[in-house]
Amino acid sequence: MFDFSYRFQWAQAMRHLPRMLEGALVTLEIAILSLVVGIAIAVLLAVARDSKYIWLRAPATAWVEVARNTPALFQIYMAHFGLGSFGIYLSPYTALLAGIAFNNAGYLAETFRGALRAIPETQTRAGRSLGMGQAQTFRLIVMPQMFRVAFLPTTNQMVWAILMTSLGVTVGMATDLTGIVQNLNARTFRTFELFAIAAVLYYLIAKTVMLGAQLIAWRLFRY
Amino acid sequence: MIEIEKVYKSFGKLEVLKGIDLTVNKGEVVSIIGGSGSGKSTLLTCINGLEPIQSGRIRIDQTEVHARSTDLNKLRRKIGIVFQQFNAFPHLSVLDNVTLALRKVLGMSRREAEEIAVKQLEHVGLGDKLKVYPSRLSGGQQQRMAIARALAMSPKYMLFDEVTSALDPLLVGEVLDTLKMLAEEGMTMICVTHEMGFARDVSKRVAFFHQGVMAEIAPPDQLFGAPQHPETQKFLSKVR
Amino acid sequence: MFDTAMTWNDLMFMLRGAGVTLWITAIAVAGGTMLGVVFGVIRSSLSPWVTWPLAFVLDILRSVPLLIQLVLVNSFQAIAGWGWSPFTTSCVVLALYTAALVTEVVRGAVLAVPETTRRAARSLGMTWAQDQTQIVFPMALRVGLPSWINVTLGVMKDSALVLWLGIIELLRASQILVTRLQEPMFILMVAGAIYFVISFPIARLGERLEKRWREND
Ligand SMILES: Nc1ncnc2c1ncn2[C@@H]1O[C@H](COP(=O)(O)OP(=O)(O)OP(=O)(O)O)[C@@H](O)[C@H]1O
Ligand SMILES: [Mg+2]
Repeated sequence: MFDFSYRFQWAQAMRHLPRMLEGALVTLEIAILSLVVGIAIAVLLAVARDSKYIWLRAPATAWVEVARNTPALFQIYMAHFGLGSFGIYLSPYTALLAGIAFNNAGYLAETFRGALRAIPETQTRAGRSLGMGQAQTFRLIVMPQMFRVAFLPTTNQMVWAILMTSLGVTVGMATDLTGIVQNLNARTFRTFELFAIAAVLYYLIAKTVMLGAQLIAWRLFRY
Repeated sequence: MIEIEKVYKSFGKLEVLKGIDLTVNKGEVVSIIGGSGSGKSTLLTCINGLEPIQSGRIRIDQTEVHARSTDLNKLRRKIGIVFQQFNAFPHLSVLDNVTLALRKVLGMSRREAEEIAVKQLEHVGLGDKLKVYPSRLSGGQQQRMAIARALAMSPKYMLFDEVTSALDPLLVGEVLDTLKMLAEEGMTMICVTHEMGFARDVSKRVAFFHQGVMAEIAPPDQLFGAPQHPETQKFLSKVR
Repeated sequence: MFDTAMTWNDLMFMLRGAGVTLWITAIAVAGGTMLGVVFGVIRSSLSPWVTWPLAFVLDILRSVPLLIQLVLVNSFQAIAGWGWSPFTTSCVVLALYTAALVTEVVRGAVLAVPETTRRAARSLGMTWAQDQTQIVFPMALRVGLPSWINVTLGVMKDSALVLWLGIIELLRASQILVTRLQEPMFILMVAGAIYFVISFPIARLGERLEKRWREND
């Protein structure tokens, strides 16, 4: 069944490990940035989706539904190729970041909306009756509690963001882990070895992020 | 002075307050009793502007609560309110629960705020719980924390909405004692309560609410001793 | 509204791409669900001490980008001389990926059946198999079906990645048209609309089921 005329050359592939680690950092960087941007937008979307104004609700709902009902790769293509129709040309890095942030925002908005509903209205009343403004109450009382309820799903979204960064290669991204591995592959043709190492690195990144998230949760949510 | 004049309030079609008139003078303690759904809580939330009213007016020290020009956030600093559900902020320590509004609303430094907070918390007997999170407190302790949180803003008026109803019978006493202490210090208070003994001991006047109407208001001796309104008589015979 | 050079033929080309997307999804979900149910039952009825190797492999499938998995399996089958077509490779990879996701769905659903219910069933003299088919399965189905629908839709969307192996599914078909017609926004909007029309109603159905079943509990 296994008729190998192919010789695995792990040592040769491992020589590229430092380059790949640099790529892993870029991967992590994009994932983190996209998550931060995504969270910020998601909070706005979550609030807008339950707004009483249709002109806030409609675009927010559209964003969420498009993000959830089309492929992430499609969203990245939109940022990279689609915007070209308007004369906007994003670099692969920016397009990838924009695409993933768009996706993160859509999914997290739903997560946050669910979390917001889990926080009793009386918390807002208590804040308001102490003389805090509406925005102040939201920022100081509701939002911190929302983040706690939504923490685990947000962590999962972070892992998805890492996985999504690998899609950058399809729009010419060359500096993240997949991009670098793909370039090395084009030069050396050690496809299996290179991508196997990349797989291990992705796995380690994902696990590290999960662990880090647990530490953060442990530090942050003492109550 | 809190002046309530002909206040009508409804939720959609449901009329909850049907022309309430009540004036509470400085230093006075007024208790409100009455059956479930008679509009007691609603009146309190209208007084501090959490709920709009349909007609009539409520004035606090000559400021009309529901006037468009009124800065409600500013007005609310004068009026503390404590709810039946303690509404502790679960993500903040006991100390931070109390300092939050001092810092963010009154703009105090953390040190100033903590000084006041510690004093208030000690006042209600929570001086040893400063760093604890509310989930570690008993209901009575949470409720006393909520009282300290409201008092820290140095309000001129305090509104209490059945602050003992969600408590174990054993913990009711400690919270009522705190309220009594406040009354003795001369705080102007409106207390919605189911504790008739408390209403009798502390209040200058007791009001009886029935289906959105203030059916009767009188000094406690009179209201409990010789209630005039048939509904008051019915209610009191049931709770005794 | 749009002045486009796109013809009916081009649209048919995209729809054929959508057909490929659906076809790959169907195969992957069918295979992946069967595997996933088996794995899920194993994972939830045997001790973790025994099933950890399986758990580990499934965890890898969920933590490594699909694109990397596709390339890896594709190059491995070439090395091993299996001669798989890109289509076969795609189906295998997506099916395994689906299996990893379905395993978690099944496990979560089975764990959601209270132990007391199962003990009651066993104490009525039901065998293990009866317990599984009569009690656990119907209850777990209610919990698991909405999540399974989400997994299916997720796989449908993720199947766009097989374009990297040269398969002309919906997104790749659109890209080809974009290159030819130079109307990226319009063509991608059409592609997005097709994805949306497939995904949105099913997602809604899943939400409705979830809500209805939760209310009944
Ligand atoms: N936010 C609201 N929306 C709609 N109806 C409300 C709202 N709040 C209160 N109500 C209704 O208004 C009526 C009066 O409620 P309120 O809470 O003031 O009664 P209460 O006298 O405080 O009763 P309890 O002793 O049970 O606390 C009730 O019929 C209640 O259902
Ligand atoms: Mg009430």
